[in-house]
Amino acid sequence: MNPSIRIIPCLDVTEGRVVKGINFTNLKDAGDPVEMARVYDLEGADELTFLDISASTGNRQTTYDVVGRTAEQVFIPLTVGGGVRTVADVDKLLRAGADKISVNTAAIERPELLSEINQHFGAQVLVLSVDARRGATASSFELTTHGGTRGTGIDAIEWVKQACDLGVGEILLNSMDADGTRAGYDLEMIQLLRPHISTPMIASGGAGALEDFSRAIDAGADALLAASVFHFGVYRISQIKEFLRSAGYLIR
Amino acid sequence: MIAILDYGSGNIKSAQRAFSRHGAQVEVTNDFQKCINADGLVIPGVGAFATCMEGLLNHRADVIIDARMSKNLQTLGICVGAQTLFSFGDEHDVVTPGLGQWNGTVTKLPAPKLPHMGWNLIDVAPESALFAGVEKERFYFVHSFAAQNWEEDPHSPLKQAKVSWGNYGGKFIAAVENGPLSATQFHPEKSGDAGAKLIENWIAKCA
Repeated sequence: MNPSIRIIPCLDVTEGRVVKGINFTNLKDAGDPVEMARVYDLEGADELTFLDISASTGNRQTTYDVVGRTAEQVFIPLTVGGGVRTVADVDKLLRAGADKISVNTAAIERPELLSEINQHFGAQVLVLSVDARRGATASSFELTTHGGTRGTGIDAIEWVKQACDLGVGEILLNSMDADGTRAGYDLEMIQLLRPHISTPMIASGGAGALEDFSRAIDAGADALLAASVFHFGVYRISQIKEFLRSAGYLIR
Repeated sequence: MIAILDYGSGNIKSAQRAFSRHGAQVEVTNDFQKCINADGLVIPGVGAFATCMEGLLNHRADVIIDARMSKNLQTLGICVGAQTLFSFGDEHDVVTPGLGQWNGTVTKLPAPKLPHMGWNLIDVAPESALFAGVEKERFYFVHSFAAQNWEEDPHSPLKQAKVSWGNYGGKFIAAVENGPLSATQFHPEKSGDAGAKLIENWIAKCA
């Protein structure tokens, strides 16, 4: 039997604070990632993702502190991404309390990083974060960097296949076309990738309506990541889970 | 005192916090005597079976567990820590001897999508003490390998085991309760309130 569909809120963190708009009324401190993680845990989040968007590595120390403080209070899996470039970075985050690490740009620049992390810690800690958009490559989806602003000319599907061969445990598929639109997940891209991979897939980017979540599952996603619909209180996690449960999906 | 064996594997920090959630005194340690004498010993483990076995043997976990068994003190293996309690681990065609407390070989799950990652249900053994109150809950799994057969050892001094089963591509052992020796293939320390209850149940056995 398949595990339940995972609903994963994503928090962008820099210098120990959550950035991007947060619009919660039940928080003492809306910028404190630990406090937000606690609220999402109470609402039924199946995992949490922190994305460290600090501009400089000097500021990443505070992220280790945030990860540590969160792991002390929240007993669900915690994935941390952003700026992970070396095995030593992974080791530090795991020691701080992260369960999984997502790797993006550094793996594009040096794919061997993936096999190095796999050898040290196993595939189960390694999430490949893929920022893709429509482009003039073989599958018509192109890998991007810098938050979708720079094309690489690399075919996104080919990249994911290569990364899976290097030992990735999970794919976080971010649609740069859908991101921020709230017009729905990129179903075409999810469907296109699904037959090429034998690892779980997290869909990300575009969540707006309740039906968007079920459509992404039908397209092949195992887990659904969202940020703004949760942060702005458009939906509570419990609402999404109730909707999916009543539609017949496996939900915790 | 509950000891968590620190042999270089696993997210020890979250285990430490989860096990102390209900007030238990928890110490992360690889001190030989402390590990032998603790009221409860937790053996975590993530990554490769062979790597975990190397770390465990470096810290004489085989001797520690045998000593604890003879004193009837509770030991709990988690994830790869659970797998290493079986006779062998077979990963990528490399067969590594385990600690051998239970018969059986840990092999790759016959599922099309691996790892088995996420929250799944468990077919809980009748009269399980570990799962008391959380028999119907989901627990967090992340693994590609598992023991898939239970072979009762007629010569084992342990009383009959309670085996709880998971199913992902096929049946696998999700948990074992066998006198002073218990194991969970899933991560109770990452399984939210259900995991906290299971940990509480196990700590109650340690008293």
